[in-house]
This record gives sequence, C-alpha cells and structure tokens, in this order.
Amino acid sequence: MIRVDEKGFYGKFGGAYIPEMLYPNVEELKENYEAIMASEDFQKEFRSLLKDYVGRPTPLYLANRLSEKYGAKIYLKREDLCHTGAHKVNNTIGQILLAKRLGKKRIIAETGAGQHGVATATVCALMGMDCTVYMGEIDIARQRPNVERMKILGAKVVPATSGSKTLKDATNEAMRAWINNPVDTHYIIGSVVGPHPYPEMVARFQSVISEEIRWQLKEKEGRENPDIVIACVGGGSNAAGAFYHYYNTPEVRLVAAEAAGLGVSSGKSAATTALGTPGILHGSKTILMQTEDGQVVEPHSISAGLDYPGIGPVHAHLFDIGRGEFVAVEDKDAMAAGIELSRLEGIIPAIESAHAIYALNQIEYGKDDIIVINLSGRGDKDLETYIKWGGY
Amino acid sequence: MNRIHYLFNHKKERVLSIYFTAGFPNLEDTVSIMEAIQAGGADIIEIGVPYSDPVADGPTIQDSNKIALDNGMTMKLLFEQLIGFRAKIHLPVVLMGYLNPIIQFGMEEFCQKCKEVGVDGLIVPDLPMQQYLDEYKALFDQFGIVNTFLISPQTSEKRIREIDENTDGFIYMVSSHSITGAKAEISEEQITYFKRVEEMNLKNPRLIGFGISDSETFSTASKYSNGAIIGSAFIKVIKDSKNLSEDIQKYLKGVKAQ
Ligand SMILES: Cc1ncc(COP(=O)(O)O)c(C=O)c1O
Repeated sequence: MIRVDEKGFYGKFGGAYIPEMLYPNVEELKENYEAIMASEDFQKEFRSLLKDYVGRPTPLYLANRLSEKYGAKIYLKREDLCHTGAHKVNNTIGQILLAKRLGKKRIIAETGAGQHGVATATVCALMGMDCTVYMGEIDIARQRPNVERMKILGAKVVPATSGSKTLKDATNEAMRAWINNPVDTHYIIGSVVGPHPYPEMVARFQSVISEEIRWQLKEKEGRENPDIVIACVGGGSNAAGAFYHYYNTPEVRLVAAEAAGLGVSSGKSAATTALGTPGILHGSKTILMQTEDGQVVEPHSISAGLDYPGIGPVHAHLFDIGRGEFVAVEDKDAMAAGIELSRLEGIIPAIESAHAIYALNQIEYGKDDIIVINLSGRGDKDLETYIKWGGY
Repeated sequence: MNRIHYLFNHKKERVLSIYFTAGFPNLEDTVSIMEAIQAGGADIIEIGVPYSDPVADGPTIQDSNKIALDNGMTMKLLFEQLIGFRAKIHLPVVLMGYLNPIIQFGMEEFCQKCKEVGVDGLIVPDLPMQQYLDEYKALFDQFGIVNTFLISPQTSEKRIREIDENTDGFIYMVSSHSITGAKAEISEEQITYFKRVEEMNLKNPRLIGFGISDSETFSTASKYSNGAIIGSAFIKVIKDSKNLSEDIQKYLKGVKAQ
C-alpha cells in the first residue's frame, strides 16, 4: 500500500525536519488539514471553484497524430487548460480555502517557473488576501511574463538572491519568511515537497487529476485504468496528482520524467533519482542531489519548474520500491518534443510538460497500450525560451 | 563531567556564548578564533558547520556559510582542525549544524568524532525532538554529547515543558519569531516572553539568542535568563577584521562591560 503513515512517512521518506520555530505552524496544519478537507462545506466550495473558476474537469484528449507517430493510443490530460495555465491552481485553490479556515490573513509562496506563483497570486486576488511570492533571481529573468502576471494580480514578488537563485533558494526564502511571520501567515507550498503534512496535502488537492482520468477513460475506453501514466517531475505535484488513484493499482505503470538538463553526467542536470542519494531537503527525508559532504548541489534544467535538486518523498518512495519508472530527459530533447507536439496536435506545451512527452521515446510499450500523458501546463510562459532556442 | 554541566553548575548569570562559522573568514581560522573567544572571556564556543541551505539563518550567517564552503570547509576537515584543540581551549564547545551534512557523515561516526576531539554538545536546528528521541538520543548519550533544543515565542507551554524534560544541558531561547540576525534593540513583547519562560522555573538553564549584539542587548537578555548567544554580530566583527585576535577580544570586552 502506498500511503502516508501517521508520522508523515512514505516508507523511508518524508517526516517533518523543521526548525522548532516552524513547529507550531506545521503542527497546526497537521492537526487540522484532514478534518477541514473532509468537511462538507470545504468540499462544496473547493469543488465548485474547481468547476466554475478553474474550468474542471479538464479534457482527456485522444491525441490522434501523436498516437499515430508513436504507435500507441495516447491521451493527453489537459491540465494546460486550467485557469492560469497549469495544474498548480488545483493546489492553490485548496490551500487558500484551508488558510481561510485557519484564520490566516497573509499568504507566502515560492515559485520556480512562476506558474505556482501566478496560481497563488490568482487565488489571493480571488479571496482578497495579501500575497508575497519568493522567486529566484534567475527564474525572474527567464519567466518574465509570469513575474508581470503576479504583479498585475497584486502580489509582491521578492527575488531570492542566494545559492543557485532558482527554486531551491526561493523555497529557502519562503521558509525564512514563514519563520519571521508565524502567526497570521500561511505558506502555500507549490509541490509535494516540504515537511509533513504538505506532501500528502498537496497530493490530495492534485489527486483530482487521476480522479478525472479514471471516469473519463471509463467513458472513452470502458476501463478506468490506462496501461501507462506519464508525468514530469520537478517536486512532483502534477505527477502525484496523475498517479494518486493508481498508486495501488500495480498493473498501471507510472512513469516519471525528470529533467536531465545538458545530460545526466554533464554536471548541469536536475535528474534527481539518477544523481541523488537519500538526505534531507526542505523539511523532509527524500532523494536529493548532494555532495558527499551533504551540501545540496545546484541543479540545472532549461525548464524552471523542474530545476530542483530533490523530489517529493512519495516519489522517492516510488523510486525506492520500484513502483515508478524514472526517466531523465535532456533539455534539447524536451525542446524538440515541445515543438513536435505543437506541430502534431496544435498544442504548445510548457517545457516542463514537454519532458513528459519526450519520455515516449524512452520507455517500452505495445501498440495497443493506452498511455495517458499529464500535460501539466501550456507553453505561453515559455515563449521566450522557445524563441531563443529556435529550431522551428 | 561534561563541560556544559560544569559551566552551569558554577555560573548562572551572564553566560556568554559566541557563534562563528567554521572556515570563515579563512579556512584555517577555526582554532585561532576559538582561542581569541576564550581569551576575550566568553563562556561557550559555538562552532557552525557550514551548510548550503541554512533555512533558519539570516543574510549574515548565510553569507558566512557560503564563504566557508567556497573556502573548502567540510565536516571532515573541521574534525581534522579540531584535533588537539583541547590543549589550548578549556571552554565548553558546541557544534551547530543542520541535519543533512551530519547524517551524510554518519550520526554515529559524528558523535564519536565529537567525543574524540573534545566537543561537548550539539545544536541541530532542523532535528525535531521526536526524531531525536526515536533515532538519536541513545547515540548522543552513549558518547556523552549534550543536545540543545530551540524554543521560540510561539512554542506552547506544554511543548516547552516537554523540551525541558528531554534536555540535559541548556535551552536555546530564540529571542523573537525570526531567523538569525542582529536587531537594534529588544522590544517589550520580547521581554514579556522572556519573563513568561523565566516564570516557568524550568530545570535547565536558558540562553537567549538571535538578535543579541552588544552590551545592552546582552545585559537585557541576561536579566531574564542565564545568558545569551551572539552570532551574526560576531560574524560581522570577524568578517573584515585585519587582526582577528585583537578585534575579537576588544568586541567581547565591550559586550561584557556592564
Ligand atoms: C507546467 C508545469 N509543470 C510541472 C511543473 C513542476 O512541478 P511539479 O513537479 O510539482 O508538478 C511546473 C512547476 O512550475 C509547471 O509549471
């Protein structure tokens, strides 16, 4: 059984390794999130916002030309059609409703690609809450449109200037900000990372993805289970959402596409399971890229959302027990897959999601297999990167 | 007897603990900084093991961590530098470090090295109490290493009592809800918190840290506890120092002046 235990562990991974200053906040969340999420009033508001505001259910689209090219029946789960352009908003809607019920007044968040930042700024505008987003200086430069979107939505964007100046450092800054403002502030973490209960809580908010895949596939194919689900993994929230209802269905293969950057062995990579070892990052025991001395290695990926040296503890567990198949996709291959999908299906994917598309080249399957690829986001935010890359 | 216990048995007021980052400002400064801290009249030396992602630390200590790592400091090298330091230093020495580098080194080997070189205690800010009790306490006890927990203004009375129960050394009171870094003064709100904890009559002595920087903040903190810990302000002193020994002693003299 893959599920979190009462101490917050998935097998060997998880837990809450946090400074005592954060203990009251994390404890408050841990004590309350399940009851709040289970309450009828929460579910009603959450479901209605997912439907009318986010635009759920998102389509499960049979990609005919892609299927023909790869020789399998390939469906795309269209999270790119969510309001704000990626799956991230499923989680921010859930967490803002939770924060409101905990009586919080301010929201902080970290962001890599800016998608989670935009999704957070969006729900803060919706709920009239004060919003501050921490973002690495390098990401601010490469995801300019999202920075401006956050500002239009009324959020304050604070550059993280330490370390690699990307997602890891933005997360450090957000944690520090939470230590500095523990009483009235809720920290909306954007992926299935961080101290327990975040990984499980975020996964549950994202689990609507596989909940929908099940009934949509049943409608289209007469069966709830595809043969393979593929998703990209930065921290792993879209993957956790797409895998969630299949964790304990062993006949469904779960494929996680990590970012190999310039190549797994190039020293410029974010392929966590290929390069990482067990350790502690951002409050949980997981697999992370680190030196022998336990210093966190600065990752690299062309995609800001995958540019993270760890993965969520549930993915570390899937990897550890062999439940997940992990592939590493290089920058150049992801870019080519992004352009290929644009040409074949008229869908420009986020570069993160393009990693999941390319994974089709790295796994085995038969022509009758049904494959669902979680298309986590759209490519609008990446236009500048596509333009610079060229090749189209 | 562990030097931390010995210290608090003999000194209950104005205990001064000084934090610095190993490998900062220069790789080989570790023992000479310790000597200067001792010569300057501090009571405890707290050596920071640098880490790439110090989430509980403000910009000053973040910078010192980064520079120390760039200088080439590692856990292994630190323990090599510490061999023989007990010939010169009699003060209690506490290592402060984040959990990941310690578990990569190996907790047992780490405790063993601490004992071998003469380190008395540990502060691991991201090691939660439950994990400590479940996984590591037996090891710490076996090697005679004193563990220190933090509390903050948000820590509940119940939790403070639990921490007190599971501590045998001193409690590190974080002075406000904040990361490390020097502030100008101590507020009324902080003093209310200091008094509240003082009135709990804990069995362990308490040192107040974060935001302590000079004789005034040291004296105020000491009024409501057994003493204080200075980190960021000390890092600033050694950062641009041309004569570490002299500057450290001069600074400590100033802090201790009543
Ligand atoms: C479109 C998209 N996909 C994937 C990710 C990676 O996050 P996760 O692994 O949590 O799904 C991001 C993060 O910003 C994203 O914007």
